[in-house]
Amino acid sequence: MAEWFADMQAQFDLNFIQDNRWKYLVDGLQVTLKVTFLAVLLGIVVGILVAIIRSTYDKNNKDMPMGVGKVVLGILNAISRLYLTVIRGTPVVVQLMIMYYIIFASSNNKIMVSVLAFGINSGAYVAEIVRSGIMSVDEGQFEAGRSLGFNYPQTMIYIIIPQAFKNVLPALANEFIVLLKETSVAGYVALQDLTKAGDIIRSRTYSAFMPLIGVALIYLVMVMFFTWLVAKLERRLRNSER
Amino acid sequence: MKDNVLIEVESVQKYYNGGAIKALDGINTEIKKGEVVVVIGPSGSGKSTFLRCLNLLEKPTGGNIYFDGSNITDPKVNINIHRQKMGMVFQHFNLFPHMTILKNMIIAPMKLQKKSEAEATELAMGLLERVGLGDRANAYPSQLSGGQKQRIAIVRALCMQPEVMLFDEPTSALDPEMVGEVLEVMKQLAHENMTMVVVTHEMGFAREVATRVMFMDAGKQVEEGTPEEIFDAPKSERLQTFLAKVL
Repeated sequence: MAEWFADMQAQFDLNFIQDNRWKYLVDGLQVTLKVTFLAVLLGIVVGILVAIIRSTYDKNNKDMPMGVGKVVLGILNAISRLYLTVIRGTPVVVQLMIMYYIIFASSNNKIMVSVLAFGINSGAYVAEIVRSGIMSVDEGQFEAGRSLGFNYPQTMIYIIIPQAFKNVLPALANEFIVLLKETSVAGYVALQDLTKAGDIIRSRTYSAFMPLIGVALIYLVMVMFFTWLVAKLERRLRNSER
Repeated sequence: MKDNVLIEVESVQKYYNGGAIKALDGINTEIKKGEVVVVIGPSGSGKSTFLRCLNLLEKPTGGNIYFDGSNITDPKVNINIHRQKMGMVFQHFNLFPHMTILKNMIIAPMKLQKKSEAEATELAMGLLERVGLGDRANAYPSQLSGGQKQRIAIVRALCMQPEVMLFDEPTSALDPEMVGEVLEVMKQLAHENMTMVVVTHEMGFAREVATRVMFMDAGKQVEEGTPEEIFDAPKSERLQTFLAKVL
């Protein structure tokens, strides 16, 4: 037992302390958090836009008079559907590599490319989450807004979206947590995120256990922290109504 | 446009499934300023559809509706402007659950009539006091009883200072002991000469408050008249049968 303990200590020393290798993890963690936060922001913006287009189309298309508005909405809806199909139908690693090696082949800003790739990817999932949230708000809320004289966008902004957002907050938080873990494939475009940092240490020390378990623990702690934070936020939102 | 006529309904139809279902089959009527028109009739007679056509929550398949002299069924007319002057109260209240009572009431005047928060709040608080709910301004809808919610829904609509109030079965979703408090507010409104169109099953209210009662069946207006004419001397057989069942 004592022997195993001593061995672990030596491993820890070799992988994290020597040559200040822990700095890889700190830097990598920063990159991971940065990419995740920015991507989630982008994802929410893209997602809400797409969700609004899709649900506006579903709600209004039938009884809209023929005209410019209807055509524009139809085109936007078609683009949105294509976006959802392509993004949800291909792996995120492939999208990331296409983004880095093809679309932004001339750029070397790995963080920017990763944020774009993960944000656009996440947007597709957020869109469907938000759309289900919009659809889950009672039709009477919509009618009440319209009967007061609000137009369609105003009703959406003041009345429907806040309620929809609250309804889907747990699902959105889950999407954030998924994204936090998903960014671990950023190493494919040589971005030194947390996972890549662990892998770099492993390649230097030729020992896999410590760096990989260490990385896994950091992810786990972060996920547990954010889960706790979201539960707290949810409780707070619920209390505001009781 | 005749004087005093606020809403004119001209052979309004609402068909579903390409005419297979006729929810409204050619309704003609006028609603004058200060009138309290109560619409009665069996379930599925089209009375709610009629009411919802008045502010175009349902788009009529045919016919015209004039409000304040403009044809609101014309797609070129901006219905949102007109809806600001037509308050509506729903069976299921439809308060905004994510806002306090006060916010529920002031959001439309602030955003649509560009009132300042202070101005809108003053108006809202005055109305809240009048329905005896001044102390609940900062509560959320889920903290209120059904009767309280419906009274709030009424004053929320009144905050826009509408010219007409539309009531779509305002007491049907309430527990019996809460019906009275809501009807009381509506009576008060009627006494203040608010123009009202009320779809309801409360025959007592219709008899007491209505200036005119309209009986609908199968999408048609079957009989129309003063409460005395309708309740004490019904002419049509269908109205007689209906009254025999509900009174």
